[in-house]
Order: sequence, then structure tokens, then C-alpha cells
Amino acid sequence: MPETHLPTQYLPVLLLLALAAGFVVINLVMGSLVRPKRPSAEKLTPYESGIPPIGQAQRRFNVRFYLVSMLFVLFDIETVFLYPWAVLLKKLGMFGFVEMAVFIMILLVGYGYAWKSGALNWD
Amino acid sequence: MTDLIQPIFQTAAWVVIYAFVPSFIVMNAVLIAGAFLTYVERKVIGHIQQRPGPNRVGPLGLLQPLADGIKLLTKEDIIPAQADRFVFVIAPFLSLVPVIMAYAVIPWGEPTTLMGVLPWLRVFDGWGYIPAAWNPFPLVPEKATLVISNLNIGVLYILGMSGLSAYGIILAGWGSNSKYALLGGLRSAAQVISYEIAMGLAIVGTLMLAGSLSLVDIVRAQESSFWYVLAQPLGFLIFFISGIAETNRAPFDLPEAESEIVAGFHTEYSGMRFAFFFMAEYGAMVIISAMASILYLGGWLPLQLPIPSALPAIGSTLAVTDGAVRAVNGALMAVPPIVWMLSKIGFFLFVYIWLRATFPRLRYDQLMHLGWKVMLPLGLANIFVTGLVILVKG
Amino acid sequence: MNLDQAFFLYFAAMIVVFSIVTITRKNPVYAVMALLVVFFHVAGLYVLLNAEFIAALQVVVYAGAILVLYLFVLMLLSVPREALGAAAHRRWPVYALVGGATTFEIALLLARSKFAPRPGPYPPDVVREMGSTQAIGTVLFTEFLYPFEVISLVLLVAMIGAIVLTKKWTPAQGGEEGR
Repeated sequence: MPETHLPTQYLPVLLLLALAAGFVVINLVMGSLVRPKRPSAEKLTPYESGIPPIGQAQRRFNVRFYLVSMLFVLFDIETVFLYPWAVLLKKLGMFGFVEMAVFIMILLVGYGYAWKSGALNWD
Repeated sequence: MTDLIQPIFQTAAWVVIYAFVPSFIVMNAVLIAGAFLTYVERKVIGHIQQRPGPNRVGPLGLLQPLADGIKLLTKEDIIPAQADRFVFVIAPFLSLVPVIMAYAVIPWGEPTTLMGVLPWLRVFDGWGYIPAAWNPFPLVPEKATLVISNLNIGVLYILGMSGLSAYGIILAGWGSNSKYALLGGLRSAAQVISYEIAMGLAIVGTLMLAGSLSLVDIVRAQESSFWYVLAQPLGFLIFFISGIAETNRAPFDLPEAESEIVAGFHTEYSGMRFAFFFMAEYGAMVIISAMASILYLGGWLPLQLPIPSALPAIGSTLAVTDGAVRAVNGALMAVPPIVWMLSKIGFFLFVYIWLRATFPRLRYDQLMHLGWKVMLPLGLANIFVTGLVILVKG
Repeated sequence: MNLDQAFFLYFAAMIVVFSIVTITRKNPVYAVMALLVVFFHVAGLYVLLNAEFIAALQVVVYAGAILVLYLFVLMLLSVPREALGAAAHRRWPVYALVGGATTFEIALLLARSKFAPRPGPYPPDVVREMGSTQAIGTVLFTEFLYPFEVISLVLLVAMIGAIVLTKKWTPAQGGEEGR
């Protein structure tokens, strides 16, 4: 590649994205040329074990799903902070270790609270 | 005129050689391997259950994946009347594309001359028909690095791409506007994100040892020390179990718990769109297997047995001589690196299938309990212990 | 115009376009999908700046976690499809006011700060040499130690807040509905 300070190592990634997208589109187009298209009202109803659908698909879900995704966000952020720390651990030494220990301990308080309050139970 | 176009031509040739060719080869290899994996899975499970498995199409049923592909391609494409068309159409796309993209950072082996083909290509002059200024062949590298792109943040890149799988699942469930699909999608997404935490934490142990996020560097670090499964047995277990849950495979295949919610998030999908979800699942299995090989089993490195006399405690009690072990090591060394990498991946894929044939499905509360109350604390403990050991040992 | 400017213009334009798409969708699921496109292009901008680690964070945290949380919330609301977003669009003056105030604040900040081309201790060459993850880690775990530890408190508050808020709605023992 001619001299540039652009991050050229990401060019193949971009190309792979284009190829993958192309693969999906080409397959769908190819399929549309050969496959039958005979829709009927029966075919187009949602599957409910052969019984006509009752009511709406939308319904109230257990709020725990929300709680799980919230906890996921928080622990995901924690994990992401762990990565540069892990890579640098040998350089940061004991100081860095204690630093991260404090960080995780504070989060573990929240984790313990979640455990105690039953937020992690599904029954 | 030539002065203007020639650099553009050079750049284009560079892009084709260094970006297009590797991406194209890897993508197609992965898709074909994924299709073949469905055959292997049915065959292996068949034999475990004392049945022959698929054996009608072609010799030993080897052409079964091809027949399946043709069938899926020619099946009617049904979009339910109540569905949100745009979301319904985009969901399989969001499921499959990130999986294919994840392959960008997987290294498959040492840089190789491809058995002398590449050096020959470099001096190839098009039999004298291509003018020297327009000959792209000298741009070909001396040795091909067997990775599409060795990103500095390889591990995070994989994590990011696998995190996107939740979209395909939720949107498929929501877009279908069907009860089973919606419930299955929600369950599945909650499962995927729960185990992603445990998986992310398990990897931290190897990162501390390797000191890099690049997958190539992680393998190189194991070359100069030892396979990390020896130092990280717990991390390895957490990683692989979470990996199985993350890819929604048995015994964690609740999203597709047929007896409860039909096929889960892809209940309403048919034909090619269904096939995309299928490919995404098998593609993700291969990614998890490749990651397990790279992070814990030394990637493309050959297996090397320890020399008996170098083992202080038990060395003298073993009945093998140093020479015999050295000879075996030499033979193992002679196997090409890519074969090692592929056999390690194959091993993990076999374990995947084996587990499916052996274990009953978990209940949803057991699944969540395992993820949040067992895997997560174990992952954190693993990080603490590993960190302490590294620091104390200096 | 050279190549990096062209890339920047593309990413910037897409961010603006899809931000507008995000806030004009009636259906919040569509808004989330448009926001996903925005996040990816922001990550692209970071990559363009050789800040790979930040780009990865953008994808892992924003696209892979926070936006998924939004989707979960949308699923839980279980609003009939036709009514989705209708209420929000009636209250648009409130949102316009909040948005306008924020924009004004940012503009004020930008106008008052100086953009002197002063190279920091980590120019692109150095970052490339040591890796952007290592560069960020070095600074984060030494110079910005205090803010880093405060983050854990912020996360703790968020965690406890979420649990307390949802506890009220969880049936005392074994709410089986829609598990």
C-alpha cells in the first residue's frame, strides 16, 4: 500500500463486511428466482401449533429480563476495564493489582446486594 | 496518463491481494465447512445413538449438505402477514454478518510460502505479455500470513462481534410478531448476554499471561512458554462452557427447546432466511472452537511432549527414554501448523456434538443460576488468583 | 481532498443522517436500529483516528450492551405496535427544549475552549508503536486513577438503583408470568 497513516489493517475487515453482506443478498436474490411464491392466508398466520392464533403476540414479560440486561451492561463495562489492565498487569505491578481489587470490590457490593435481594433468582 | 492511473492500479492490486483474496477464501471455506459440519453432526449423533445417520445422498451421505442447501434455496419464503417486514428481513442478516466478520482476526497458522507458489508468483511476468509497470504479481508477499487482519484488539473485536448476535435474535423474535418467536427471542437474548460476561471474564486470565489482545501475539506468547490450558484450567472450562451457552447449543439450547416453544426465535422463518440463522449458529460454533484453540491450546503450535529427564520429580520413574520422546516431538513438529489448528478446532467441534448427544437440556432457572451465580464468581476468582500468582512469581 | 478526509466525511455524514433518522422514527425499534448504524460509524471515526481500543469499546459497550438494554426495555413495555411512540411525539416541545439546551451548552463549551494544535504525549506514531490498548491503560491506571475508581461507585449506584426500582414490581414470591 502506498504510504498512508490510515489504519490500513481495517481495510480487509471492511471488505469482509461487504463480502458477507453480498453473500446474503446474492443468496436471497438467487432463491427468489427459483422458489415458488404461493402465499395463502393460512400460511401467513403465525404458527401456534395448528390452532388459530389467540390475542396479540405482545404481552407483559417478567421484569427480570430488564434486570438481567441492566446487570449485563454494568458487568460488561467492568470486563472492558479489565482488558487493558490485564494486558498491562506485569508493568503496573502490585499497585495496579490493588487498584483493580478496590474497583471490583466496590462492584461486588452491588453483586452481593443483587444476590441477596433475589434479583439473580429465576424461581 | 499512465502516471495518473498507475498508482491507482497499484493500490487496487494491493487491495485485491491483501484484502480481497484472503477474505474471499476464508469466508467461503467457513461457509462450506459450516454446511459440512451439519452433516458431521448428524452422522456423529447417529453413530452415538446406534443409527447410521444420513447415508442416502452420495457416498456415505456426503452430499447431504448440498441437497439441504438446494432444498432450502428452493423453499418458499414466507413472511407472516402480521410481521414487521423490515425487521423480519433484516434480522437474519444481523445474525449472520457479524459471525462471518469475526473470522477476520482468527490466525490459521505460521506465515507460509504456500509450498513455493508465492515466491514463484512474485517473479511471474505474465509470460512477457504484461508490461512491467502493470504487473501486479511483484506485490504478492514472499510469505502469506494466514490471518485476514492481525488487529491489535483482536480479542475485543471477537467479543464485539459476538455481542451483536443478540440483535439478530431479539429482532427476529420481535419482527415475527408471534408468541413463540418473541418469547424464544427474549429468552435466548437474556441467555446470550448472561454468558457473555462469564466468557469475557474467563479470557482475562490468558490476557494477563500473554500481555496482548492480538490473537497472533497470544499464540506467540504460548510458543515461548507453554499452552495456557495448563495455567488456566478453570478459565478454559468457563470459557468453553460459556461459549456453548453463547452459541445456544445443547445442553443450553433453550431458545430452541422444541418441546416448549417450538423453534424459538426463528419459528416463523423458512427457506433461505432460516438457513442464515442456521449458518450463523454453526459459524459461531467454529469461532468459539477456534478461540478456545488459540487462547488455551496454542493455536497452530504443534503438541510437544515434555522431555522425561527435564521433569525433576517423576522423570526417572517413567519408562521412556529422552530419545524416544524427542523422536515423537520431531514427528509432531513436522505436521504443518494449519493442520494442527484445524485439528484442534475439529476436536472442540466434536466435543460440542458429543455434549449435545449426551446431556439433557437445562431448565431456564438452572441456566441463569449457572451463569450468574457460578460462572461469574468463578471467573472473578480466577482473575484474582492468576493476577496474584503472576505478581508473586515476578 | 485526500483519502482520510473522504473517509471522515463519509462517517460524519452517515452519523448526522442516521441520528436524524433515529429521532424521527415513530417506531422505537426502528430508532434503535438507526442508532446502531450511528454507533458503528462513530466506531469507524475512532478507527480512523488510530484509537482502536476506543472503537472496540464503542462496539462492545454501546452497540453490544447499552443498545441491547434499550431493546429489552422496548420488549418489556409491550405497547401495541400502533400506539408505539405516539405519546412521545405529542410531547415533542419538551424534548426539543431539552435537546436545544444541550446543544447550546455544547456550543458554548466549544466556543470557549481553545483548539491549539498541541501534541500530547501520545501522538499517533507512539500509539501505533505501543498499541492503543496499552496507551490507554497506562494513562488510565496511573494518571486517572481517581476517576477510574469513581466509575465503580457510579456503576454500583446504577446496579442498586435498577434492583430497587424493579423490586417493587416483582411479585413477592415466584412471579411466573412470562418467564
